[in-house]
Amino acid sequence: MKFGILVNEGPFTHQASDSAYQFTKAAIEKGHEIVRVFFYHDGVNNSNKLADPPSDDRNLVKLWSDLAAEHGVELIVCVAAAMRRGINDDLLAAGFKISGLGQLVEAGIIGDRLVTFGD
Amino acid sequence: MEDFEDDEFDGPIKKFMYVNRKAPYGTVYALEGLEVVLITAAFDQDVSLVFVDDGVFQIKKDQETTGINMKNFSPIYRALEGYDVEKICAEKESLESRGLSEDDLVIPVEILSSAEISELMDAQDVIVTF
Repeated sequence: MKFGILVNEGPFTHQASDSAYQFTKAAIEKGHEIVRVFFYHDGVNNSNKLADPPSDDRNLVKLWSDLAAEHGVELIVCVAAAMRRGINDDLLAAGFKISGLGQLVEAGIIGDRLVTFGD
Repeated sequence: MEDFEDDEFDGPIKKFMYVNRKAPYGTVYALEGLEVVLITAAFDQDVSLVFVDDGVFQIKKDQETTGINMKNFSPIYRALEGYDVEKICAEKESLESRGLSEDDLVIPVEILSSAEISELMDAQDVIVTF
């Protein structure tokens, strides 16, 4: 099955980003296709390479980057939501790209399911 | 609103439903959710909009926001018709429990019961809640 993933909350404060990451990883391991992961609202903060949690905590930003490197998962950050929150190309962790909301709509069109992770 | 090229998309048309559950101010979900609705309409998709819970306050008339230093974005809902977004409904129970009626709203909506909205949801391809 083809999944589009929408992440609406930032990392660390909410479980949503962790759940989205775990779902995406599990779907790939089960042989499903991820059309793309789209980051909206505070979800754009998942792409901030300056995130530096304590060493005994999971680093969700790095986990997303690793997933993109290993499986070619497309990680798209909404430009309008990112600009509001001070995220730009200089701050993007590896594997993330900034693009428009059309990428979210397209994920809904192409995918068999669009799965939202939010509050 | 951001720039987009709506004439470049030549794919299938799906039924997208946006479920607005939250008050217009206090969190950014309603405002940023509305941006997604407009972009989806620009992709010529079959868009429905539902207002439930505190989401019904998003389309309440006479919003006065200067005191909280927020832009009153409720006029944008009146522009939805121009984007061919005409399937708009509000949940009867949510309106009633908040003392609201159709006359209190900035746009005409279809007022449906929770059960009727549930049926509408069953017919969608994509449902996104903001």
